[in-house]
Amino acid sequence: MFEQLSHLALQQYWWAIVSLLGALLVFLLFIQGGQTLIYTLGKNEIQRKIIINTLGRKWELTFTTLVTFGGAFFASFPLFYSTSFGGAYWVWMSILFVFIIQAVSYEFRSKKGNFLGHKTYEVFLYINGMIGSILLGVAVSTFFTGSPFSVDLDNLVQLKNMPIISSWETPYHGLEALWTLKSLAFMQNITLGLAVFFLSRALALQYFQNQIDHKDIMDHTHKQLKINVVLFLVFFLFWLIRLMFLNGFAVQVETHEIYMVPNKYFYNLIEMPWTLVLLLVGVINVIWGFFINIFKKSDKGFWFTGIGTVMTVFTLFSIAGYNHTSFYPSTFDLQSSLTIENASSSKYTLTVMSYVSLMVPFVIAYIIYAWKKMDQNKLTQSEIEQEHHAY
Amino acid sequence: MENIDWSLVNWSRAQFALTAMYHWIFVPLTLGITFIIAIMETIYVKTMDEKWKQITKFWMAVFGINFAIGVSTGIILEFEFGTNWSNYSWFVGDIFGAPLAIEGIMAFFMESTFIAIMFFGWNKVSKKVHLLSTWLVAFGSNLSALWILVANGWMQNPVGMRFNPETMRNEMNNFWEVLFNPVAVNKFIHTIMSSYIVGAVFVVGISAWYILKNREEILAKRSIIVASIFGLAASFATILTGDESARVVAKYQPMKFAAMEALYNGKQNAPLVAIGFFGKSPNEAHRLEEFAMKIEIPNALSYLAFLDPNAYVPGISDLVHGNKEHNIPSYNEKIASGKMAIDALAAFKKAKKEGNETLAQDQLKIFENNFENFGYGYYYGKDAHMLMPNVKLSFYSFHIMVILGGYFMLLFILIVYFMYKDKLTQKKWLLWAAIWTIPLVYIASEAGWVVAEVGRQPWVIQDLMPNIAAVSRIDASAVQTTFFLFLLVFTVLLIAEIKIMLNQIKKGSQH
Repeated sequence: MFEQLSHLALQQYWWAIVSLLGALLVFLLFIQGGQTLIYTLGKNEIQRKIIINTLGRKWELTFTTLVTFGGAFFASFPLFYSTSFGGAYWVWMSILFVFIIQAVSYEFRSKKGNFLGHKTYEVFLYINGMIGSILLGVAVSTFFTGSPFSVDLDNLVQLKNMPIISSWETPYHGLEALWTLKSLAFMQNITLGLAVFFLSRALALQYFQNQIDHKDIMDHTHKQLKINVVLFLVFFLFWLIRLMFLNGFAVQVETHEIYMVPNKYFYNLIEMPWTLVLLLVGVINVIWGFFINIFKKSDKGFWFTGIGTVMTVFTLFSIAGYNHTSFYPSTFDLQSSLTIENASSSKYTLTVMSYVSLMVPFVIAYIIYAWKKMDQNKLTQSEIEQEHHAY
Repeated sequence: MENIDWSLVNWSRAQFALTAMYHWIFVPLTLGITFIIAIMETIYVKTMDEKWKQITKFWMAVFGINFAIGVSTGIILEFEFGTNWSNYSWFVGDIFGAPLAIEGIMAFFMESTFIAIMFFGWNKVSKKVHLLSTWLVAFGSNLSALWILVANGWMQNPVGMRFNPETMRNEMNNFWEVLFNPVAVNKFIHTIMSSYIVGAVFVVGISAWYILKNREEILAKRSIIVASIFGLAASFATILTGDESARVVAKYQPMKFAAMEALYNGKQNAPLVAIGFFGKSPNEAHRLEEFAMKIEIPNALSYLAFLDPNAYVPGISDLVHGNKEHNIPSYNEKIASGKMAIDALAAFKKAKKEGNETLAQDQLKIFENNFENFGYGYYYGKDAHMLMPNVKLSFYSFHIMVILGGYFMLLFILIVYFMYKDKLTQKKWLLWAAIWTIPLVYIASEAGWVVAEVGRQPWVIQDLMPNIAAVSRIDASAVQTTFFLFLLVFTVLLIAEIKIMLNQIKKGSQH
């Protein structure tokens, strides 16, 4: 079946899968957002316990999605894995570091003899929530603003120095995304980081409204939701509108040379109308989800905003990689920029991996089953008090 | 290579070793105890005896503490292939990335989805669905081990691929060869079986402590029944696969095999060093380690390696200096061949750019004829002895693993025997031995990985890519900083884990 597809078609298929995983990851960052709200919403120990246990039953899904996102990127676009992870060392290491401290915090927090005290683990959760979501947003934004690296595959056969194929051209190894002045890239990158941060908090508040049966906590979520939605919309719309005016990194079809095109991402939306439709439907869903929770006191908005988030982020990845665009551009050496064609795995590997990808709907189906079973009733104070394995 | 940043290479190796060894403290227990828990819950569902449910829940709580820290140390390993071994990620990403992605899609989601039902779903799903979830957590974690060990096995014996000179990397051309690579198959079975021993020793050891303290009698006795039978079966399987593993290593990684036995000069009817201690190294330059004392079993090494007591086993010196009689090329010959491959590849690329197709094809032939020694070329102009692994470390870790492996089987036999005779509670010395075996099983498990990974140095991919050609271009000081950060965090979390675990055990099942 997949053998019949061209290498380019397989590269596009795999870009769609990576985009879907990236989109699901951003949606699932509501766990991180929720971790930054433990003390904002929980005014006493039992309230905090309810919040942490609500999140604690899902944290592994976000974690697993991050790991699978990395694994899928490695398998399908190894040159990205090699260039970005080995180059933007400090950004990725910071992200990984905050995920290490997250994984243990749920399990260790309320256990006797946990060595660091429960507050330390709550601080760990807060750090993971804030730094994790902001840095992931910054990292994704560099897909549009570019990074200072160079790639020369021929380095592998030079024996004078170390035969390393890719170099990061600043000593800050990725952190310069936070202060690069050229094209005001820092502003764009930080803005998306903050947009993701406030989106994750807004989604978390909607999730709590959907999942927790506790009046005091609910009262706090309503006020917080308004604040976080406004901040998210300000940062996201600023980022999105400015993106439409940025010069983009285009690929010359015949020569595969990279060159700059004004308003590239705007034209990508126009030239691929399905992305425009998907973006509009996604944004409307996100806003509708917020609207019904804020103004109609519904608790179902989480699902609309969640699905809208997946659609919107999927669109953003699509306009970063499709339509002859470099998905990981180099600002140091344009011709080192990565495209879905020059960074991908071989046709054979993508074909094999495509068969594996047929399992994804099955995986999604059992996740939905498990989610529905576990979340069929809202979490109450009495359930937490009786729970054998409470965090 | 004229200028090697040894500091970068060594710190990158140290960081990977640190994260791998910390990760491996937690993984084998997860692999083993999940099956033990699943068996216990199956008995509960079959018998509807609430005590079995209580026992299952107790071990689940212990497992949960261990699982979280295993997850947190595991995420680093996956991403370190990119952050610290970026050249490697491109050179073999086309093959190596696939098992990692499959691991995520097939195994991690299964584990993480059903673990939520396993911990929190007792009153939310039926008993059968809960039981199925527990089994799926066990299968998921073992499936994850399968894919990562397929990836590791491929590094030790690269098969199912060809080098593409246009893209300057190795590309997969036979997925089934990668999956059924004899090194990977053996490694997977041996590793999971030895991990089941870790799970079994852990459960038996803690249960023995309860018996000695006159606490949790039913929990302890029932747990010992399940875990000791499980552990005994796993011990047999580990020894059988370990025996097979010796032949696999002797065939595909003869230098590792020679280092494991510190065999410098190859011989027929080679004896196996059952126990040995090194003296002071007299010859630093050639890293010759001499035994101060050793006990040998005649012909046993030849038999172990080739199932023939008369077989010739090549030694370290034969592999480094070559042995014409046995048709073994020297490392210097391999280095020269590897250099030819690298130069031919460079000339091929240049000719291609210049449009000289005839020259390109000539160079390609030279490259292909020498490709099997490609990695050796990076040692051009260097001392061939640099291609030797650390012999002392390989020898000691191998022997510690084997001796302890034999001891674990003996322990399980005794426990099963006295349990059958209903005299286990009277055998205090055996119960104490079971408790003190817990640290030993971790030492054996780590030693196994030390043999596997130290023994294959300096190869990241056997014969094709040495560690000096695999690293990322970052400052050694950056890697040093992250190394110490990880060391600090992992150590603090390990202390926390042990303290929590001890508290949980002290509390017992009544909480």
